[in-house]
Amino acid sequence: MIDYLVKLYHKLGSPKYLFGIAGRFQPWLLGLSLLLLIPGIIYGLGFAPPERYQGDSYRIIYLHVPAASIAMSGYFSMAILGIVVLVWRMKAAEMMIKVIAPLGASFTFVCLVTGSIWGKPTWGTWWVWDARLTSMLILLFLYLGVMALSSAIKNPAAAGRATALLSVVGAINLPIIKYSVEWWNTLHQPASIKMTSSAIAPEMLFTLLTCMAGFYCLFGAMVLAALRTEIIHREQRTRWVRDLVTTGV
Amino acid sequence: MAFETFADFIAMGKHGPFVWSAYGIAALVLVANLVLIRQRKKHVIQTIQRKLKREQLEHEPR
Repeated sequence: MIDYLVKLYHKLGSPKYLFGIAGRFQPWLLGLSLLLLIPGIIYGLGFAPPERYQGDSYRIIYLHVPAASIAMSGYFSMAILGIVVLVWRMKAAEMMIKVIAPLGASFTFVCLVTGSIWGKPTWGTWWVWDARLTSMLILLFLYLGVMALSSAIKNPAAAGRATALLSVVGAINLPIIKYSVEWWNTLHQPASIKMTSSAIAPEMLFTLLTCMAGFYCLFGAMVLAALRTEIIHREQRTRWVRDLVTTGV
Repeated sequence: MAFETFADFIAMGKHGPFVWSAYGIAALVLVANLVLIRQRKKHVIQTIQRKLKREQLEHEPR
């Protein structure tokens, strides 16, 4: 088992292998995301019961929570990849960080905007500088920082190391986001869904989990699609990419 | 169905503008992501193809 994992790790480090496997999984992930998101969103908007106090404005939850979760998982995976880059100098991990950053930033943006729109009818304000909202805004800036670094440094290996370092260091913000609602008095509520008990009606919970899984698949499909392009870009001097480009992708 | 009529569905119990703008913006961002990924792929492939063609011309005997 461990042998197999070590072998897989080495194989995934090969851009050519990664390109192939990303291409194999990408359409399945995309299909699965549609299969989950279309019924999930329709049910969430039209069929799930309204919330007792918030009425129908709560339906924003089916976007807001998945976006927030992906925003944090995206950065977390960048931090893990960052360690891989710093310790083993794996080129494939550098490419993954580069393609996750803009996608993660876009989901962080969706989380902040939908949260703000939800806040107006629920809290009476678009924005407050409380710990949860502020730390989430910092996450957006961290993503933008990684993007800026990677486009500002021309040498790809140097850019890879710099972005890896920022990914690892910036991960300090993740526990702050997660526990902000417990450590400080925030306007934002604590988590409603926990592994052991959930303070949410089963119909809503099931719909939310469906949307969450769907958005995760969509995010994964977009990462893999972007990764394939990045691999071609970085490996354009190799024989296999030249052959691929001349015969058509 | 949580709503009696289609008009109720659109109104979202007075919260229509909030709910629909949130969903609209999210849809826009997702579509933008897909378009940008597509464009970058096209751009990268075309750039490499152009480079390869130029190299070929340089190596051809005159």
